[in-house]
Order: sequence, then C-alpha cells, then structure tokens
Amino acid sequence: MKNKMIFALASTLLIIGTGCANVKPWQREHLADYTMRGDRDPLSTAQSEHIWFSREEASGGRGVGGGGCGCN
Amino acid sequence: MNTSPFKKLALAALLAGTFSTAHAALKVGDTLPDLTTFKLDGKLPDSLKGKVVLVDFWASWCLPCAKSFPVLDELQKKYGDKLVIVAVNVDEKAANMETFLKKHPVGFTVVRDGQQKLVAVVSPETMPTSFIFDGEGKVRFLHNGFHGEDTRKEYISEIESLLK
Repeated sequence: MKNKMIFALASTLLIIGTGCANVKPWQREHLADYTMRGDRDPLSTAQSEHIWFSREEASGGRGVGGGGCGCN
Repeated sequence: MNTSPFKKLALAALLAGTFSTAHAALKVGDTLPDLTTFKLDGKLPDSLKGKVVLVDFWASWCLPCAKSFPVLDELQKKYGDKLVIVAVNVDEKAANMETFLKKHPVGFTVVRDGQQKLVAVVSPETMPTSFIFDGEGKVRFLHNGFHGEDTRKEYISEIESLLK
C-alpha cells in the first residue's frame, strides 16, 4: 500500500516536473500576441465580471500568468 | 541511507523541475562572443576591436523595443564612429522584423538571429536586453528591459565613461 502511494506521488511529480514548458524570454512571440490577452475585449470582460459577481458572488482574480510579452 | 527507487525518482523529477529554469547568461565581465560564428542574417560591422559596442537583443512583438529604437538611433548619431550599435533581432520570421524596421527606421546595424543560436548563448532575461562592451570586448554594463528616459540617461553616462 505504502509503495503504491509513493509510486502515485512519484508519478505525479514526474508529470508535473516534465509537463511544464519553459518559455524563454525570446520565444514569447505567440504569447505576446494581442489575441492571447484575457482582457482584450473590455465589454466581454465587464459582462463576465457581472455574471460571476451576480451568479457566484465572486469578482476579480483575473490575473492569470502565462500570456503576454513578458517584456521589461 | 536506504533510499527506495521511488524516492529517487521523485527527487529526480523535483530536481529536473528546479534546474530546468536555470541558465548561464552573459553577464558583466564576460567577453563578447564572436558574432561571425552564429550565422546571423545581415551584415556585421567590419571590426569591433577597440570600440565601444552596444549589442541590443530585440523582437518585433516587444513594445519596449519599439520605444528603445529612437533612443539607440539618437545615440548612434550623437557618438558616430566612436560607438558601434548592433541590434540583434530574434524574430523567427524575417518579414516581422522588416515590417518593424519600416515603422522604426534606424541608422545602426541590425542583424537577425533567426535560428536563435546567439540569443540562446547570451540568454537575456527579458526583451529587450542590451549589453555595453568596452574596447577589449568585455561586458561593462547590462540593461534588462528599456525604461525610457532612465535607461537613456544611463546609456549616455555609461558610454561616455567608456569613451574617456
């Protein structure tokens, strides 16, 4: 049982450790694209915020890492 | 210590995740690599020996790079032959670079590292990154990013300190 748990843990770590792509600063061309921005449409953002706030009593928390130029 | 193979496996995965982010970057005190060995597109200046050289790594999709170009062009005009500016573009498509250069025409040398071999060796932390080399080809100053007037003033004082 213990071995199975360790195996499961090791497998998870292996997937996490090897599943992440390391994007170098000079390889961010596609991430820097305008279409990769989560907030590119202000109206859509406002609508989504309104729905989350009114239906789920939640707002904010939109700062998701990954996209963008990563410049400076 | 008797370590099970699973523990070793887990440790290896953790170490792989940790060290995959580490990279050896060109830093102050290092020597300028021989640019002619990297098959860059474009014509490099004939000789960099004995000259103050500013090497700037940039991309067409990088907004601060667009802001830095007029400043670099101003520096090139101000210092003339005393300063050599080499802007190394890292775009995968040459057309993107050419479109950018039509919008931001400059008088200094621009080459393209389309295969991204030089930039992988230099390993800049951000776009743009610029290095100022002294007459002996050693990195004396390093700028991560371009921060408008602050960076411009730093460029001028650093270049003038090397030209003395």
